[in-house]
Amino acid sequence: MLRFIVRRLLQAIPTLLILSLLVFVWLRSLPGGPAGALLGDKATPEKIEALNKVLGLDQPIFIQYFKFLGRILSGDFGSSLISGEPVVAEIGRALPATIELGLTALLFAVVFGIPLGYLAASYRGRFLDNATVIGTLVGVAVPVFFLGILLKQLFAQDLALFPPSGRQDVTIDPTHVTNFAVLDGLMTQEWDVAADALWHLVLPAIALGTIPLAVIVRITRASVLDVLNEDFVRTANAKGLQATLVRRRHVLRNAMLPVSTTIGLQTGLLLGGAVLTERVFVWGGLGSLLAQGIERRDYPRLQALLLLAAVVYVLVNLLVDISYAIIDPRVRAS
Amino acid sequence: MALLEVRDLRVVFQRRGTEPFTAVDGVSFDVDPGQTVGLVGESGCGKSVTSLAIMGLLPSRGNKVTGSVRFEGTDLLTLNDKEMRNRRGRDLGMVFQDPLSSLNPVIPIGLQVTEVLERHRGMSRKAAMVEAADLLGRVGIPDPQRRLSEYPHQLSGGMRQRALIAIALACRPRLLIADEPTTALDVTIQAQILALLKELVRDMGTALIMITHDLGVVAGLCDEVNVLYGGRVVEKAARYPLFADPRHPYTHGLLASIPRLDGARGEKLVPIKGSVADNIPWDHGCAFAPRCPNALAVCREVTPELEAGDVRSLRCHNPVLPGTPAAQEVPA
Repeated sequence: MLRFIVRRLLQAIPTLLILSLLVFVWLRSLPGGPAGALLGDKATPEKIEALNKVLGLDQPIFIQYFKFLGRILSGDFGSSLISGEPVVAEIGRALPATIELGLTALLFAVVFGIPLGYLAASYRGRFLDNATVIGTLVGVAVPVFFLGILLKQLFAQDLALFPPSGRQDVTIDPTHVTNFAVLDGLMTQEWDVAADALWHLVLPAIALGTIPLAVIVRITRASVLDVLNEDFVRTANAKGLQATLVRRRHVLRNAMLPVSTTIGLQTGLLLGGAVLTERVFVWGGLGSLLAQGIERRDYPRLQALLLLAAVVYVLVNLLVDISYAIIDPRVRAS
Repeated sequence: MALLEVRDLRVVFQRRGTEPFTAVDGVSFDVDPGQTVGLVGESGCGKSVTSLAIMGLLPSRGNKVTGSVRFEGTDLLTLNDKEMRNRRGRDLGMVFQDPLSSLNPVIPIGLQVTEVLERHRGMSRKAAMVEAADLLGRVGIPDPQRRLSEYPHQLSGGMRQRALIAIALACRPRLLIADEPTTALDVTIQAQILALLKELVRDMGTALIMITHDLGVVAGLCDEVNVLYGGRVVEKAARYPLFADPRHPYTHGLLASIPRLDGARGEKLVPIKGSVADNIPWDHGCAFAPRCPNALAVCREVTPELEAGDVRSLRCHNPVLPGTPAAQEVPA
């Protein structure tokens, strides 16, 4: 297993290299540039040229790229052109908020998605199944930001059940340890902090988790129905095992293979949804950094963020492969 | 009293928006304790559906099963799902056609054997593991202790079928149904598996229903044979009269289509013309009439009944005469 993991990580290196080049070139092919964005209305061609020289953007693109590559190999991703702060520090500060939101959304999607898909398959063709199929169709189709605004209006504004925005109430003064708000509250035993942070998580997590939830429900349902038709399920029934044991031991585990792939894919897509969700709920995570960075053509920040997204994607895929090996002995062998 | 009495078993598949399809059309037969009975016929004749209906393993929706299946006096068709699960694996065992897909790929062989012991014999996992190793050894799997922790893909095809046989016989059922148990295996392995089945049912006194399209299997194994065509029994006899003197043109054709080692060189195989029709046309005359070399005008008009004689039951207006040579070119 260890060898498998190491091999997969080594295989990721060329992927990331090619991706870094694509990101680098693609960013510089966008119209406008950081100099124009920084100088704003006062920009004259001379001033832009001078600033470009300072930023090193006047050099040929491949020289810029190799300099960039050299620096990131030593861990230096440069400083943000907006804040002047090292992007690593910026991202490090915003990352916990996004991870917290993403994981909660994913947890929501998995914890509700798998049982719901399983139930729908068990009651195939009945009301519960039809309702689930239609419900998930709607769930997949609703845009994240729209759902976010809708949830906010209904549950925060009209019913006032949940806070409309932010990660923490302003009256609360939490002790920061990891910057994961809930975790910090638990670690410092400031229970009100943890509860308040959880409370703030509910609406954004539902907004972000709805599409993954709907997809997981559908895949689980289809996969369980597939497995129910397998010969080995007939064998299990021929043994006279109780229906619940047949489902738990023989159906569910086999049905989890496609579901784990889906969970991985959805995790990779989560960052895109997070940008929109964070905007709606003023969350202050990577999404805000990214949105601001794109508007201002902040090359260093964007390069670091996109590479981070790629690394996350590679790691998630690795986790999916490992889960395959755990579930299916045939994968382990090959 | 017979161990199993199947009477007028009828299975009709009905999907919404389609014509009902009668897969089994009034099949009756008995199985005595310890007896081996063959259900023979080509694909689509209803033999597998018959066995699944006896086991109660047909899908819960989309079909209608009527008639009766009395097992030691109890009509299995009247039992509910829970009562049926108490019997399956304990009183009734089943071995399926494709051993690879019939074993769960992600569960070790050991657990797949022990779960049936735990279920019906109330054994602990630990005791069941010891018993499972013993069972695997009895069905001829070498090094059974090691196999317990292996997965189906690590076993050969023959081993897998042996494991399935061990599972089906783990609780010493009084009736075993084997549905084409050798079809997916190499010829050399086929013979071994058949010999094993024969030995085990003899030792345990288990009755066996052997479902096959292979008359060679029937000849080596079965005490009594039911030949099925289009969901009905067309000829029923003990093994010897059936092979020595097949009377139904379909049985005759099945025997004639077997290649013979002692035949003349260059002799052509004699197939039965055509194939089983999709829906069973017993309503207007004999279902086999369109393919039958002996068909008369009456065969296409009057549906023949199964008539019981001294040595056999036969459903035919114009049976093959005794002693008709097998290799006979059937007119197109």
